[in-house]
Amino acid sequence: MIQVHDIRKSFGAQQVLKGITTEFTPGQCNMVIGKSGAGKTVFMNCLVGLVVPDQGKIELNERNIVPMNQKEKSVLRKEMGMLFQKNALFDSMTVEENVRFPLDMFTAMTIAEKQERVNFCLQRVNLPSASHKFPSELSGGMMKRVALARAMVLNPKYLFCDEPNSGLDPQTAIVIDELIQEITREYQITTVINTHDMNSVIGIGDKIIYFYEGEKNWEGSNKEILHTDNERLNDFIFASEFLKEIRKLNYK
Amino acid sequence: MIFIGTLEGFGKYVSMIGSLFAKPEKFSMYWRETMRQMYDIGVGSFWIIAIVGTFIGAVTAVQFSNKLLTFGFIPMWWMGSMTRDSMILELAPTISALLLAGKVGSNIATELGTMRITEQIDAMDIMGVNTRAFLLGPKILGGLMIVPSLIIMAMLLGTIGGAIAGELGGYYSWEEYKYGLQDDFQPKYVRLMFIKSIVFPFLITSIACFKGFYVKGGALQLGKASTDAVVYSSIAVVVANFVIAFLFL
Ligand SMILES: Nc1ncnc2c1ncn2[C@@H]1O[C@H](COP(=O)(O)OP(=O)(O)OP(=O)(O)O)[C@@H](O)[C@H]1O
Ligand SMILES: [Mg+2]
Repeated sequence: MIQVHDIRKSFGAQQVLKGITTEFTPGQCNMVIGKSGAGKTVFMNCLVGLVVPDQGKIELNERNIVPMNQKEKSVLRKEMGMLFQKNALFDSMTVEENVRFPLDMFTAMTIAEKQERVNFCLQRVNLPSASHKFPSELSGGMMKRVALARAMVLNPKYLFCDEPNSGLDPQTAIVIDELIQEITREYQITTVINTHDMNSVIGIGDKIIYFYEGEKNWEGSNKEILHTDNERLNDFIFASEFLKEIRKLNYK
Repeated sequence: MIFIGTLEGFGKYVSMIGSLFAKPEKFSMYWRETMRQMYDIGVGSFWIIAIVGTFIGAVTAVQFSNKLLTFGFIPMWWMGSMTRDSMILELAPTISALLLAGKVGSNIATELGTMRITEQIDAMDIMGVNTRAFLLGPKILGGLMIVPSLIIMAMLLGTIGGAIAGELGGYYSWEEYKYGLQDDFQPKYVRLMFIKSIVFPFLITSIACFKGFYVKGGALQLGKASTDAVVYSSIAVVVANFVIAFLFL
């Protein structure tokens, strides 16, 4: 469970987050949507403590990350997994070493136990046969899967995904979405996903919050979002002419 | 403004050095990384330092021999002690350090800078790794552990280079040179070389780490950080060289 209370963040004179309050529950995919520049990445970076908000509280199971120092954050972060917009795989390590790295660093497992866990995670993301390749030898979709395997290897309580399917074809994007949804349900993870992709929003968005210029403009589920009368949100969802036509047809 | 910027940068540098003294999450990971760095620096720079060291010794011998011949009243065996002392005191540590500033300095800055701009460092942070300690510590420690032996190698090869050049040029014989090598040996000079071979690699690796780790932006800033690492660490080396000579000679 993550509770966010009135967080604000400015860079110089630019107010990027203008008082966000919301709540993310475990076992469901919480999605943050909004135009490019709306503040989604800054918001997520606040949740994981990479950016310190000017004001407000962010409680991960009642532990407020905002005032924490580096050491306290380190402890909390062992419960987090994150998927970065640019993958952030370690390019000097093979796929297997990437996924094993958190185990090497933080567990006292034996080599055999680690290998078993790594194989399990790679299988879970349908990537069993690429273990000895380097990230530069993978396709975009494969990199996302490796990143996901690495993010889940320590059984995180919280999973953060910044645009997990940007740059992927629609089918691969759906595969990644479904994977995230499956592991979220299966392990009761509190998952937060930033996205532009309306397919994923409708597909897996248990809870959706819509950011408009640093404010939370709407909140609801994927059942509700198609029938909202929020003008801004409708403009955002039905951005293309194609979708506008479909909407008109639906309403007739 | 420049002054304040520099002061701020220096403060950040000092705090970076301070953060290296943290308890490792897992000692074996840090040790493995340190070994890897030692290997990279040692093997990566072995040949260039060997070749440059030898030729520097040789060319020093040739130039001074010609000078001595024009004077005429100093015996040629003196070249042995002269080459030895120049290698120990100045040429081996300083030239090696400048080469390493170029090679190791830019390597380190580029590696760390790439990790920064592709969010690999953030990814490690999110896992709960103490990234400053884990990414910078082994590089600096690895440098401190391997560079002194590179410098000693340069010193030995340079002295041998001097002998070869003397024979080839017909300035003096190996016997004369050997006699000179044993003459008026100053342990103080060796001590000085050791001080330099600790201080120089520390400056090179830590400045390169600093420039790489704190890169902001993209490929352009990365290139600049890498160049800066070379420029600043070279300057630091020559300044430190002067200060050490001043304090310890
Ligand atoms: N470190 C920073 N310094 C200054 N301004 C920043 C910084 N990080 C973000 N911003 C500004 O904050 C605003 C929101 O950025 P953010 O990256 O959160 O957008 P986003 O919603 O994630 O967009 P996208 O969908 O394109 O990823 C932008 O106007 C950006 O310029
Ligand atoms: Mg973003």
